[in-house]
Amino acid sequence: MTELARTRPESFFADRFNVTGGLLERVLGSNLLGRADDADIYLEYRVNEELQLEEGTVKKASRHVSQGAGVRALSGTRTGYAHTDDISLQNLEEAARQARAIADRAGVSGAVAVPSRGRPHDLYALAEPPLVTDLAKKLDLLRKVDGAARAADPRVKQVIASLTSEEVVTLVATASGWTVGDVRPLMRLNVTAIAEAGGKREIGAYGGGGRVAFDFFLEDGRWRRFALEAARQAVLKLGAVNAPAGTMTVVLGPGWPGILLHEAVGHGLEGDFNRKGTSAFAGRMGQKVASELVTVIDDGTIPNRRGSLNVDDEGTPTGRTVLIEKGVLVGYMQDRLNARLMGMAPTGNGRRESYAYPPMPRMTNTFMLGGEDEPEQIIKSVKRGLYAVTFGGGQVDITSGKFVFSASEAYLIEDGRVTAPVKGATLIGNGPDALTRVARVGRDLKLDEGVGTCGKEGQSVPVGVGLPTIRIDELTVGGTAV
Amino acid sequence: MNTDLLIGVLKRAVATGATAADGYLIEESAFGATVRLGEVETVTHSRDQRLSLRVFAGRASAGASTSDLSRESLERVVDEATSLAKVTAEDPFAGLPDPEELITGVPDLDLADASPALSPEEKIELARRCEAAALESDPRITNSEGAECHDRRARYLYATSHGFARDYATTSFGISVAPVATRNGEMQRDYWYSNARKRSRVEDPATVGRTAATRAVRRLGARKVRTVAVPVVFDPETAASLVRSIAGAASGPSLYRRASFLLDRLGTKIASPAVTIVDDALIPAGLGSRPFDGEGLSTGRTVLAREGVLESYLLDTYSARKLGMQSTHHAARDGSGVTVSTSNLMLLPGRATPSELIGSIKRGLYVTELIGFGVNNVTGDYSRGAAGLWIEDGELTYPVEEVTVAGNLLEMFQAIDAVGDDLVLRDRTAAPTLMIGRMVVAGS
Repeated sequence: MTELARTRPESFFADRFNVTGGLLERVLGSNLLGRADDADIYLEYRVNEELQLEEGTVKKASRHVSQGAGVRALSGTRTGYAHTDDISLQNLEEAARQARAIADRAGVSGAVAVPSRGRPHDLYALAEPPLVTDLAKKLDLLRKVDGAARAADPRVKQVIASLTSEEVVTLVATASGWTVGDVRPLMRLNVTAIAEAGGKREIGAYGGGGRVAFDFFLEDGRWRRFALEAARQAVLKLGAVNAPAGTMTVVLGPGWPGILLHEAVGHGLEGDFNRKGTSAFAGRMGQKVASELVTVIDDGTIPNRRGSLNVDDEGTPTGRTVLIEKGVLVGYMQDRLNARLMGMAPTGNGRRESYAYPPMPRMTNTFMLGGEDEPEQIIKSVKRGLYAVTFGGGQVDITSGKFVFSASEAYLIEDGRVTAPVKGATLIGNGPDALTRVARVGRDLKLDEGVGTCGKEGQSVPVGVGLPTIRIDELTVGGTAV
Repeated sequence: MNTDLLIGVLKRAVATGATAADGYLIEESAFGATVRLGEVETVTHSRDQRLSLRVFAGRASAGASTSDLSRESLERVVDEATSLAKVTAEDPFAGLPDPEELITGVPDLDLADASPALSPEEKIELARRCEAAALESDPRITNSEGAECHDRRARYLYATSHGFARDYATTSFGISVAPVATRNGEMQRDYWYSNARKRSRVEDPATVGRTAATRAVRRLGARKVRTVAVPVVFDPETAASLVRSIAGAASGPSLYRRASFLLDRLGTKIASPAVTIVDDALIPAGLGSRPFDGEGLSTGRTVLAREGVLESYLLDTYSARKLGMQSTHHAARDGSGVTVSTSNLMLLPGRATPSELIGSIKRGLYVTELIGFGVNNVTGDYSRGAAGLWIEDGELTYPVEEVTVAGNLLEMFQAIDAVGDDLVLRDRTAAPTLMIGRMVVAGS
């Protein structure tokens, strides 16, 4: 990664591949625009470094470079997409020819693309970008993490810690003449601890990061907190009892449990599924889909967050989109294609995993606004239920609305008190009505530590979630204790 | 194929201070077309190449990969990997396999289709026929997420700094469709697919479409059931995911990290005697077949579990050395180096037909879909979202959704009371219908 790449993406691609703005315009003009409603070229250069510690030493280190260009032509509901990992005029023109073929197949909608506009944000300029930091400092941090996790409890027998540093340079040129670049840093520190005692073994995992510099992990002893959390979880689970099975009141802790929103409503409010009418939320704009205590927002503009972007992957500046306001469905997340077809404005949610994929509507940072209750009061209000504070992954069937998310740290609530830790269990619900049963919302909104990765149609992108402590009445808990 | 290019890279690594190196080069081209409600929706063309490299500085190592195969970029990648290797710690188990163990001849596994490629229009037409069959097969199929036809051609080259270099080519072809069924405001989506190395082995698009439609329609009217412990029958698709979990726990990296519920269980009973699990890399034209592994070692047939007894782990050279064992030749390359993966992984069929299995159950759940990630690889604890059909007096009755099935994988595999006779290698991992004596189904 060069200084030029970090400061001026346009000049970087011109300098490195001879791909100038004029050339991009020429490719878009000559080959694509003809009968297409919209077209764009996406250039990307990515460097990724992974360091992994296990058994007390860093034995794995790797560095990856990927680069390429994707050319897209849009016509009505049709998308022609071609990509190449060899960025040159000849390959761009060939990609354009392949992408254009689809636009030539007639059936043009007549709808015109809304040109991208507005200023991109500047949400993650860093004094020291992730790949600049001295390797020795990174290796030292991993060793300290290992030491802290092992010192936390003698039952911790194995620690795996990894630090990923990435920088991505992008450039989007659209047929409407808008060209915009972005430079995206991303770091993540992960700690996994395995504890053993009395013939039992358990795993705890914790981590975080964002579009931040290395020093982020040193602030307020963050690295130590991650290490201790992983160790604490692993040890705690050694003594966990079987999780209950059946429908009960569930209290979700603040932060990462916001994955509930991502699965229960987030995917269902992405523009593509609603345009096609295949989302359980299709046609429900303006209707009540949650309790009036619930306001859900997708915001790609929060500085330094893992899910934030200055512009999305089709050049639209990101924004703050209210999805559910006091229980009423008010907004969808859109890319340019679906916004055009639905007669709506793009919201800056057009994202892609890399140049190898066309963009589609995706979440950025999705969270629920805080309410008025004290978290302790919320727990006190429950006679018998589950208090879940840490989760693994989740998934949703967008059409039926059924979603799951798996608790990795949870406790029983008995007579208003948090009692025994329980084994991991999957929680399952129905998106369009789960949030109607939100009975209490705490004042403690917290965003997650920066660990989320969302998968959709084979594409992974970094995202964030956030939640205050909430109480949901009647959610099904998939334990084994009947 | 850029054999000289890869060998040049490895030579440079050694010339600039590495003691040994190996590398993998993949070249691929792919095409995909989706059709929705009869109209073309997306057409994608791609051409990619990726070189990944592992360098050793004595017993320390580092990895690197790049999609930029220009000379300047490759030189930089080699230099960076070599310098990374100098900062990582020594590891007595690191290193290439013994050169004497590398394969000498590459077996022809018939992995590439020699028939002429179809034009984009012909592939679009196959997707269209697949979706049309789904839409026409039942009036309740009212919408669709679309049908896809895709194909891919790839070449894999493995080389070491000792001068070893071997390659092989593969193709794949597939169609799939996701129709949506509607009734009284309820919507249900399902999916079906057919993939193969050769186009002639892919199922007729109309059959795929009709199967998908049947699967979507039979979900209409789904409801929750009461929380109960009952026998659970997994259909072949969901049963395959259980087998995948066993393979994950049997893989070297999980074992030496002590993050596996199969740790220290070699030679012990981990499943009922009805269970035999095999990984076979040499099935002609198999989707998971490979003539050599990611370290140039010969591949073959590995029995993971024979009649319930765990007979072998899945190891690459590094994890084998760490565990004091021999590699089972299951190395696979990922961007950062070497990992372990299965080839064609199967739970072998039993004698009962699926309807005999279902017929033997008074009350239970027939699972056709699993969602979520609720599998703990360290303990085997299992809890996932499920959908399927309720079994009552040996018959499939109404559809079920919004429930979970939970247990522990070790206990679940011990409780496999019967194995169906319906094994079909539809994918890299396959299983017949499986019946598990008791699991907790959580609902209302």
